[in-house]
Amino acid sequence: MALAKTLFEKIWDRHTILQQSDGSTLLHIARHLVHDGSHAGFRTLRERGLKLRRPDCTFGTPDHYVPTTTRDMATIKEEGRRNVVTSMNANAKEFGMTMFGLDDIRQGIIHVVGPEQGISQPGLVIVCGDSHTATHGALGALAFGIGASEVTHVMATQTLWQTKPKSMRITVKGQLTAGVTAKDVILAIIAKIGAAGGTGHVIEYAGSAITGLSMEGRMTLCNMSIEAGARAGMVAPDEKTYAYLKGRPYAPSGKAWDEAMTYWRSLPTEAGATFDKEIELDGDEIIPMMTWGTSPEEAGPINGVVPDPADISDPEKREALQHSLDYMGLKPGMHFTDITVDKVFIGSCTNSRIEDIRAAAAVVKGRKAKIWAMVVPGSGLIKAQAEAEGLDKIFLDAGFEWRYSGCSMCVGMNGDLLNEGERSASTSNRNFVGRQGRGARTHLVSPAMAAAAAICGHFVDVRTLNPGQEP
Amino acid sequence: MKKFNTVRSIAIPMGTPNVDTDQIIPARFLWHPQSDGYGKWLFNDLRLNEDGSPKPGFILNQSPYQDATIIVADRNFGCGSSREHAVWALIDYGFQVVIASSFGDIFYNNSFKQGLLPIVLPEALLIRLREAVERNPAHGHVTVDLVAQQIEGPEGFKIGFDIDPFRKKKLLEGLDDIAVTLTFNDQISLFETNYSQAMPWLLPKAV
Repeated sequence: MALAKTLFEKIWDRHTILQQSDGSTLLHIARHLVHDGSHAGFRTLRERGLKLRRPDCTFGTPDHYVPTTTRDMATIKEEGRRNVVTSMNANAKEFGMTMFGLDDIRQGIIHVVGPEQGISQPGLVIVCGDSHTATHGALGALAFGIGASEVTHVMATQTLWQTKPKSMRITVKGQLTAGVTAKDVILAIIAKIGAAGGTGHVIEYAGSAITGLSMEGRMTLCNMSIEAGARAGMVAPDEKTYAYLKGRPYAPSGKAWDEAMTYWRSLPTEAGATFDKEIELDGDEIIPMMTWGTSPEEAGPINGVVPDPADISDPEKREALQHSLDYMGLKPGMHFTDITVDKVFIGSCTNSRIEDIRAAAAVVKGRKAKIWAMVVPGSGLIKAQAEAEGLDKIFLDAGFEWRYSGCSMCVGMNGDLLNEGERSASTSNRNFVGRQGRGARTHLVSPAMAAAAAICGHFVDVRTLNPGQEP
Repeated sequence: MKKFNTVRSIAIPMGTPNVDTDQIIPARFLWHPQSDGYGKWLFNDLRLNEDGSPKPGFILNQSPYQDATIIVADRNFGCGSSREHAVWALIDYGFQVVIASSFGDIFYNNSFKQGLLPIVLPEALLIRLREAVERNPAHGHVTVDLVAQQIEGPEGFKIGFDIDPFRKKKLLEGLDDIAVTLTFNDQISLFETNYSQAMPWLLPKAV
């Protein structure tokens, strides 16, 4: 009898072109997603006289450098930055890839657009020159981020040399309680295993609290696998996955749908398959989370306090913690709910989908923001959907800004940045030193928690604002 | 890519965990082409004040570390984004080797594409090497011999390290990945044909 295989192993094997005696494997890439930051790859192709090998497998949209206050690229002042965005149109034309430009309602953050268009499907190897590519693992794909040289390599050969990563299963048992989201789950996981806890591994998320998540929630979860150090994160496809894909523009239809379903249904990890590492969490015990430091592992439940370096015996770790607190401007023992916030950002490939925007709007409805806040939808289609539901009005009435889609203040390449010393409640994925601007202080939270911070001017357990959810 | 030879140099002890790519190269510089040279922005916000003057407290600005080409780091070096610019910045500044107990996976892969050698050592050995380097700042030379897969450091430190043989060969010979891959073109084409036949729903669809 054949050995029981994991979801990851099945996809890996299906895409293996050849394996050398030392274990390095040449993998076929089923979908290559590109964004405005991938421009160097096209330049190299041109310089070396190479073709884009598989334009039919290459899809792109500009997101990192695009303005969110307008769709007019002329507003990008620096020529070099503007060219990064505008050259994408020319590159798409020259090399023949599918592209959703700034004038197309389908434009958005690449990790939102891939699933939304049905480009990202179960059982595929998907890569993109961006570390948050793991997002697409929510559909049961093996999806991971690559660097500029690998982007060029995929463009030229539709392959990548890889050494097979190890496998890890994170099982979240039980059910999440009201007011607890996928973002809280992934922050709880990273706080538990550490920012390097998944290094060298592909994570499969399993258990009733995971299968209970919506597709959007699974995307948020898989998105931050990289913040746990993992190469990729994935959730086995199930009826929710198929229902999500059905009818999407690039998803199969008719007879092709049935053929695809046969493959998709063969993918989930078989009973008896083994993982290199197993982690278990209890979903019932997770409450809304936030980060307090400068690494995503520096996270804790909202009812917690800022840790005290004096409690740490290892001198280097003590110093690192002190460093974090100095940068963040926090004192040991402070209650998280006493930390005041200057600005709120709701958006990014982690949390800019319609469900995220609905969750934030539910908190904001009928209230006013005490501080500056903005919402940046993940795609033009999500923006339109939210507007059709009247959500933009809820935010505007509360004093929020309502923007066009893009990566925006998650990484600030388009100029959406905090000022030095400002503190944000942000639904993005990284709280690194300087990530949202030089000297900026980032706290990562869920969309509902970010909305609650905007309403209160400080961090607060969002459940206390929602009747029936009080802890 | 330049061939990788044995490196002997002063080593910089950098004991902070989770040195992320945003610290190595802040995002605001990334739109520049690689040909602009990224060394001038390496660790920009840690190394330089806003007026461009050096921050004396940062180790790269301190003697004798200005000429170092090896970093002895901590765990999870290069975590964060996929930006290969982090490797460009280290290489352009003059670094050839980073030793750590773990690396961000994408950073690790990117390093080989630019001739930067990332070496993983078990935590206890890494700390021993870093402390030996710290105790001997002026004579803290470390030698990294890729052919022999061996590191030598102060106070008699000597240890072997692992590296994937295919990557080792590419580094030593300065081979270009795309050229190597295209020697397998027939196998790639055959695979693509079979794959498309088995998964016809992935063929281009008019939308």
